[in-house]
Amino acid sequence: MNFNELFKESVEEYDSLISGVIPVILVGSATCGKSAGAQEISAAFKAELEEQNVMAEVIEVGCIGLCYLEPIVTIIKEGMPAIFYGDVTSKQAKQLVNDYIIDNNPMIESALGTFGDKQVEGIPNLFDIPVMKPQIRRILRNCGFIDPDNIKHYIAMDGYKGLNNALDLKPGEVMEKIKLSGLRGRGGAGFPTWMKWQFCVDSKEDENYLICNADEGDPGAFMNRSLLESDPHSVLEGIVIAAYAIGAKEGYIYCRAEYPLALERLKHAISEMKKLGFLGENILGSGFNFDIKIKEGAGAFVCGEETALIASIEGKRGMPRTRPPFPTTSGLWGKPTVINNVETMASVSLIMQAGHDAFVEHGTQDSKGTKTFSLVGNVKNTGLIEVPLGTTLKQVINEIGGGIINDGMFKAVQIGGPSGGCIPESYLDTKIDYDSLTMAGAIMGSGGLVVMDQNSCMVDVAHYFLEFIQNESCGKCVPCRLGTKQMLDILTDITTGKGKAGDIELLLELAGGVKDGSLCGLGQTSPNPILTTIKYFKDEYNAHINEKRCPALLCKELINYQVIDEKCKGCMLCFRSCPVGAISGSKKEVHSINIDKCIKCGTCIELCSGMYNAIERVHKY
Amino acid sequence: MSKSLNEILSTFNGNKSELIPILQDIQSSIGYLPEDAIIEVSKFTQVPESEIYGVATFYTQFRFLPVGKKHIMVCKGTACHVKGAPQIIEGIERHLDIKEGEVTFDLEYSLESVGCLGCCALAPCAMINEEVESNLTLKDVKKIFSRMKNNSNDKES
Repeated sequence: MNFNELFKESVEEYDSLISGVIPVILVGSATCGKSAGAQEISAAFKAELEEQNVMAEVIEVGCIGLCYLEPIVTIIKEGMPAIFYGDVTSKQAKQLVNDYIIDNNPMIESALGTFGDKQVEGIPNLFDIPVMKPQIRRILRNCGFIDPDNIKHYIAMDGYKGLNNALDLKPGEVMEKIKLSGLRGRGGAGFPTWMKWQFCVDSKEDENYLICNADEGDPGAFMNRSLLESDPHSVLEGIVIAAYAIGAKEGYIYCRAEYPLALERLKHAISEMKKLGFLGENILGSGFNFDIKIKEGAGAFVCGEETALIASIEGKRGMPRTRPPFPTTSGLWGKPTVINNVETMASVSLIMQAGHDAFVEHGTQDSKGTKTFSLVGNVKNTGLIEVPLGTTLKQVINEIGGGIINDGMFKAVQIGGPSGGCIPESYLDTKIDYDSLTMAGAIMGSGGLVVMDQNSCMVDVAHYFLEFIQNESCGKCVPCRLGTKQMLDILTDITTGKGKAGDIELLLELAGGVKDGSLCGLGQTSPNPILTTIKYFKDEYNAHINEKRCPALLCKELINYQVIDEKCKGCMLCFRSCPVGAISGSKKEVHSINIDKCIKCGTCIELCSGMYNAIERVHKY
Repeated sequence: MSKSLNEILSTFNGNKSELIPILQDIQSSIGYLPEDAIIEVSKFTQVPESEIYGVATFYTQFRFLPVGKKHIMVCKGTACHVKGAPQIIEGIERHLDIKEGEVTFDLEYSLESVGCLGCCALAPCAMINEEVESNLTLKDVKKIFSRMKNNSNDKES
């Protein structure tokens, strides 16, 4: 079967499915959805359908990005638009079968939104709801709408058209298209993608390699996981196109082992590609041969660095080396190697499918296109989003994110992972693009946006990142190995009430040395969390050092727990739950906490906060 | 054990580049990397044992002691940290009376913290064997252990 015939057959199959002649129930079943109970929901639907003897298809799909509303279900019935439901319970699943599938009552009060040409009175269009409206979903266009394990669904949505187009051009012409798109690497550094490919080709070796970096080590970032679980072919198509452009015959996907579902989807998708001739010998009859192997990461953040990643694939300790030579000159097995991020690959397939003109429609002068971000932390609408580069942090946090939870106060947004920085309120109008963020002292990184409120201690945040980095430092170079340890020790002293005058100056001096002297990006960027928190939150450092106070009331050694007498009802719930017996008091009498025994575990506060709010954290000194 | 180890090794060629996948498959099958297995892998790949240990100890995924029947991995990613992961880890440590990196006396449970599970929007999270639990509170910790205990009892009866 040729590509056009395959496309036609796929469209027929997909269109028939979404016609809803036989109702279809799509259950969001990426890792977020599963952790929120998607499998129980699928089972509840199947059980009720069988009970009522109703025919309908239940399909596990990927993530639409509204993680805070998981489990999410979409029901498609003939003559109706697709209707999305959020926070679905097993009880609701049963109700939906009876009320909507059987009785045609779409349960408007439970619906999130609709998608399609038709409207339902009382239910907004999904893409008009506040969390979706500012988004432009190009990379995420298929997520939640197709079965990620069915290649024909992807093909029906113009999938592999990009590869088909690319194979009709010369490799150099493909490179030119990517150049015109202005695509910059989505892994964090933002290096022009076409340029990296060109350096590889310019090395003029007989063998090149392509590696897709799916290690996604930045804590707080899950964009790549979501894409691989929801639309793996969008990434795989981009990998084959990139391999064609640089003349690689062998490629690797290096995916972290902490993503078992993503690995499962990739393995299945690759086997489907081979059956249909999108991978292997003579791809789509073009004469181009290319194969992909999957390599699982083994839990080393540093293996997100190119040379460390290569060492890991070669079976060695994941330790970076000096550059030059860069991987595009001498990489895997000493051969020219291009390493591209998952989202870069998905952008490549999008550009070749829809054209570079469509890509440059969005973004800024120097940062073209859209980018996915994981919007997490203390914001109301946590999840996966996609916006044009150049959108401001304020728009993302307030319009899409819905603002701070529990009507709290925004304090900072951490962007760029351990290599990035914390941006305060005064910089919320900063545009999210490669250059504006650098001026504010942060980097875009892979796209993790962690929002913090008044309960976050910024010195603790710096300590958290340094602890992470210190653990992950490979140990090869002295500035990183010893510098990060020393910076961490100072921060530990500060957060435990042992900070002293001169600590801030010493941190800044160390930061400079580690930045300049470290071998690789991990060490070179490790001081960034310290530098930005000192720059924007110096008052918090001063309070910890000079007054032994933690303004956020977080650092354990600087706080005590205390009962608020006038609010305590003497219910004894905290008394019974305290793991160390630090609370005393009888029924209906005000309780008290023995601060010498109290381990500040948080159990009593968590219990009481839902009821009387009678326990608070207070400054120790 | 040797038989299953031979089955695993038979799917590889014995190249040094296969070292990490070989160790991953062994750990997947046995649960950790016993010394005997390292010796066999050394013979198979012609890589010295010291070098294999050098590689294996570099990566946090590899374990040299068995884990519990239920292995709990609490996420220590940024979002999870901001949403209270340290309290959750301490809560589990208290409940099981073990510290991070240890196994309970009856080999039923083991606990470790991991970099990032990628479930950040529903922080704080933990993975128990391959299932992810999200939006954890200290109250949930008790409920989860109670549920796991009931499931084990059901299986045994």
